[in-house]
Amino acid sequence: MKFARDTWLIFQRQIQLLLRNPVWVFVGVFQPVMYLLLFAPLLKPALNAPTQAAAYKIFVPGLLVLLAIFGGLFQGFGLIAELRAGVIERSRVTPISRLALLLGRSLRDVVSLLVQAVIITLLALIFDLRVFIGDLLLAYLMLALIALMTSAVSYGVALKVKSEDALAPLMNTVAQPVLLLSGILLPLTFAPGWLQGIANWNPFSWAVDGTRALFAGDLGSDKVWQGLSITAVLAALGVYWAARQFARSVR
Amino acid sequence: MIETRGLRKSFRSRAGRETKTVDAVRGVDLDVAKGEIFGFLGPNGAGKTTTLRMLATLIEPDGGEATIAGADLRKDPAEVRRRIGYVPQGGSTWDESTAREELVLHARMYGISKADAQRRAARALDAFQLTEYADRKCKTYSGGQRRRVEIALGIIHEPKIVFLDEPTTGLDPQSRAHMWDEIRRLRADGMTVFITTHYLDEADALCDRIAIMDNGEVVAEGTPTELKREISGDVVLVGLDLAATPQAAQTLDGEPYVNKLETVDEGGLRLYVDEGATAIPQVLRRLDHAGLELRSIELHRPSLDDVFLTKTGRSLRES
Repeated sequence: MKFARDTWLIFQRQIQLLLRNPVWVFVGVFQPVMYLLLFAPLLKPALNAPTQAAAYKIFVPGLLVLLAIFGGLFQGFGLIAELRAGVIERSRVTPISRLALLLGRSLRDVVSLLVQAVIITLLALIFDLRVFIGDLLLAYLMLALIALMTSAVSYGVALKVKSEDALAPLMNTVAQPVLLLSGILLPLTFAPGWLQGIANWNPFSWAVDGTRALFAGDLGSDKVWQGLSITAVLAALGVYWAARQFARSVR
Repeated sequence: MIETRGLRKSFRSRAGRETKTVDAVRGVDLDVAKGEIFGFLGPNGAGKTTTLRMLATLIEPDGGEATIAGADLRKDPAEVRRRIGYVPQGGSTWDESTAREELVLHARMYGISKADAQRRAARALDAFQLTEYADRKCKTYSGGQRRRVEIALGIIHEPKIVFLDEPTTGLDPQSRAHMWDEIRRLRADGMTVFITTHYLDEADALCDRIAIMDNGEVVAEGTPTELKREISGDVVLVGLDLAATPQAAQTLDGEPYVNKLETVDEGGLRLYVDEGATAIPQVLRRLDHAGLELRSIELHRPSLDDVFLTKTGRSLRES
């Protein structure tokens, strides 16, 4: 009860600050829209897709997962600014739940990601993308779990390194192979065997496959429950680890 | 209100391949009474902030024990948090929030209901003369205004003790004087105030009792008056012509009220006495008797800097 209240308190505050500066919506959507407009048209011939809509069915889910990974991983920067302003220290001398300090922030990141995802989905509809609403909601759940994990991990790392200079290269180093090995831009069906083998160890590759299956309307596919379970477990682990960083009363 | 025994903390720092252990705080014993302003004085790096952060539950001590407002720091830090307020040195407000939002949020982090938090925020804004700016963003405030918001944050839940880490550092003289009044007001409201400072005049003017910390240890503790009396009594500076100095020294040497006598190179004497106010008339009478003309006479009361110098072997200003 106290935990739910505390989380809501932090979440409310973070959302309020986010709404005060609505530029983020534009910034957050601009880049994916560019991909949608300037990159996606290459895909129909490249993927040998029968129609543009079929190409979008493959590309849009990947793009959304990409957004969830990157959007989350770079949230740590905001936390470093808060650390520097003394806001975190001020929170830590109150009896507020340490997990709430983390979760309130991560939930804000999840909500802002979902807003972006909805905007991009709506735009894709203009390009004849068609998805069942039930499947779409499950895909959003997958995205929410990914964002929850990446943002929590980013906060945890930010608390450990405490400097933007260290966080930026660290996150880029993690994000790049994750991105390339997840088949986000092009499906890994084209990949040679060894690359496929490595990608199988990348949990995000499972998430992308699952999301693609959902966009294809293939709810019964094994990839859906596999992707959801893997992201759910990872999100739980990420939150657990990051909450411990918040709780440690060291410096 | 605060009782610590043997509080210790060391940090491991890595320089290249070697790990070095720095003993930041090496066994601190403190007793702070209810309703007093207790000053924690010392140069930068003496271990003041580390001690304060231990008492405020932000870092875990390596050893020793402490009871704060009746709660055990080691066993029940959560209860300590409920009973104390803490105002960090580097600020604690967010640029894009308003003072009112910060106060309401902070009160609610202590589990206070929304309606009550809003009432408390309004009252605090009023008490700290911030109502006029209450709904402007913190980034628009002056240094003094922002510091007042931060102090208001530290006491919004009416703690028994409030810890202020260098509350006046970086403020202009006027804001500083204003801040002293605010701190005295907290004491008048029955709160125990624990402040760290490296300003001697601040400790002298504001604090009921002080502890001087150096190199991770408390080297002196008492009221400012006690500490100053303890070291040397007063110094009387007698200005004389160079020619008259030896004779004057002869005349005053051996007088019962003079503890120690030194000649000044450019002419004149430095007399160490217990009570300057009673010594001066006697000095004047003796010199007048001997027919010696004096240029000036000056009473020099020992400052906390002298205390610091005696206890640590160096001046606080140098360190």
